[in-house]
Amino acid sequence: MGDFIELQNVSKRFDDLVAVNNVSLSLKQGEVFSLLGPSGCGKTTLLRILAGFQMPDSGSVLLNGQDITRLPANKRAVNTVFQNYALFPHMTVWENIAFGLRMSRKPSQEIRKEVGEMIELMELGDHAHKKPHMISGGQKQRVAIARALVNKPQLLLLDEPLAALDLKLRQRMLIELDSIHDEVGITFLYITHDQGEAMSLSDRIGVMNLGRIEQIGTPAEIYEAPQSSFVAAFIGDTNFLNGRVCETVSAEYCRIDVESIGRVIAWNDKNLKPGDSVNLSVRPEKFRLFRNRPPDSEHRNLVQAKVVDLIYMGSSTKYRLECGDYILIVEQQHGRYLLDEKPITWDETIWLGWHAEDGYMLQRYEEKDEALMALGEDMT
Amino acid sequence: MSGEKNRKKVPRDPSSRWPEILLSAPSLLWLSVFFVIPTIIVGMIAFKPPSIYGGIGEGWTLDTIRSLAQPSYPQIIWRTLWLSALTTVLSILLAVPVSYWLATIPPRRRNLMLLLVILPFWTNFLIRIFAWKTILHPEGWIKNGLMALGIVGKDVSLLYNEGAILLVLVYTYLPFAILPIYAAADKFDFNLMSAALDLGANKLRAFWSIFLPGIRVGLITAVLVVFIPALGSYAIPEIVGGPNSEMIGNRIAQRTFSDRNLPHASALAAILAAVVLTPVVVMQLRQIASSHRRPSA
Repeated sequence: MGDFIELQNVSKRFDDLVAVNNVSLSLKQGEVFSLLGPSGCGKTTLLRILAGFQMPDSGSVLLNGQDITRLPANKRAVNTVFQNYALFPHMTVWENIAFGLRMSRKPSQEIRKEVGEMIELMELGDHAHKKPHMISGGQKQRVAIARALVNKPQLLLLDEPLAALDLKLRQRMLIELDSIHDEVGITFLYITHDQGEAMSLSDRIGVMNLGRIEQIGTPAEIYEAPQSSFVAAFIGDTNFLNGRVCETVSAEYCRIDVESIGRVIAWNDKNLKPGDSVNLSVRPEKFRLFRNRPPDSEHRNLVQAKVVDLIYMGSSTKYRLECGDYILIVEQQHGRYLLDEKPITWDETIWLGWHAEDGYMLQRYEEKDEALMALGEDMT
Repeated sequence: MSGEKNRKKVPRDPSSRWPEILLSAPSLLWLSVFFVIPTIIVGMIAFKPPSIYGGIGEGWTLDTIRSLAQPSYPQIIWRTLWLSALTTVLSILLAVPVSYWLATIPPRRRNLMLLLVILPFWTNFLIRIFAWKTILHPEGWIKNGLMALGIVGKDVSLLYNEGAILLVLVYTYLPFAILPIYAAADKFDFNLMSAALDLGANKLRAFWSIFLPGIRVGLITAVLVVFIPALGSYAIPEIVGGPNSEMIGNRIAQRTFSDRNLPHASALAAILAAVVLTPVVVMQLRQIASSHRRPSA
């Protein structure tokens, strides 16, 4: 299938705030696409532009090759699942679901049939004649989805649909959403600030920051090969080592001089030249900890570090290590915790190893440092 | 789903009702002494004969009630009812769009606008009515303006008729309609309007089938706080109305002050009280009945 929904150079500003800055994006038919970003990154504005609640200042929106930029919300084959569901409180579940069909003036027999089918699909049979305030959060969620899907939209927009649910329910709804998508096959555009939701549900993710899309890719691409420091920091935890390329070892490897740690070897897939400033991103689970210095091996970095803090989390342990001027976050899986020799613990000085390929080099841009600092504070 | 099990009605421990009764005792006492008992007294006086000195005579009689059948009364009662009803309808028709607008503008401007809504209350009610008398005066600028435009003739009076009463009634009660409707609109979740548009409703349809039901409580309150006081209007028809546009309040005042016939005035007041109280009591009873029905549904 070709591009099904296309945003071309869409911009929107509110007074002096640029909410969406020249965004181009295309969705394929039937895919689940997530827009992921911190609050205020412009993802909700983008959703409102797609839904037709807001007109972009410039750029255009195409649905199936047809320009719908100026088409009002009620004339678009796009439906929305709202953040707090926005169920009509004075109508029953059944009437809520039937609302869209009634607006399109379908014969009442057809409405009854289609609403009935939708209620069955969503397993809402016992609640059809209840008002929204009488059902639980998860049920409200399903009503909101049913109310949108019954209109057979070409695109379903989901605006942080799980934000109001508790953790257990959120995980269950995530699986349910996935199976609903398999069932109906409609293109989903999923808006969230929760990387876990985006990673587990999406075919592709667009990471947004400050009104721009920083990177579009599959969950694995976004996680393993972030194209910017922002993406690396926002998706999962990471450690940034700031340095300067000091020599190229071969076509594929280079050495970076990291202040207070020394020279480390890194995989140079960006073709950086000596003198370039870089952030070397190393994910917490890529490190390995050794109590005694292991034998040197090619393309492996070894540095000494001191355990400042550790959190035992069952399946793994999270360490905070002091290494030069850095506090590094390291996560170690332990398969045989009780059988292993004495676990590494607080105040020990240990060896920290990682392979050149485990790090990911990102060229440093000064303007983004502020956003990164804010993110860094959340990481524990 | 979870939570449903807990929704069964727990029988109340009767001893826990004492704090409730104690808390409501002062207002109950107040209402009994100053509202229920006086209303009953007014109702009783209607069955007493008048004394020649303007007081209440001995014994009981149905004469007063019979005299209410005289032809001028049904006309006055009917006029009171339709003027009040039309005032209510017009006030609400004006208040709903104003409230919608108030609820959607930025808070700083909204507070200023709300201040403007209550600004008239800073001037005495009677003075404002007299001001209308000046405005609508045959030599006033409105009359002159309308005459200049050829809309009204020289002999048409803007004052001392039902139209003038209606205008001033709407003017007076509009803020009382705006405030409860605005309070409801302020609490209304405007996401619901977006949802309705998203589902294919046009703006008018969304307004009609989502916004209006959403502010239902405000509308009902507005009906009560406009319709009931309007029924009892006395000063407005007295000042801007004429001899052929009396409302029931004027007749009660006339019976009390000019005719010195308290039983007659009481009978009229009792009718007015009945007109107001009957729908309220019926609604309360229905509400109690439906709240008893709900848990078993």
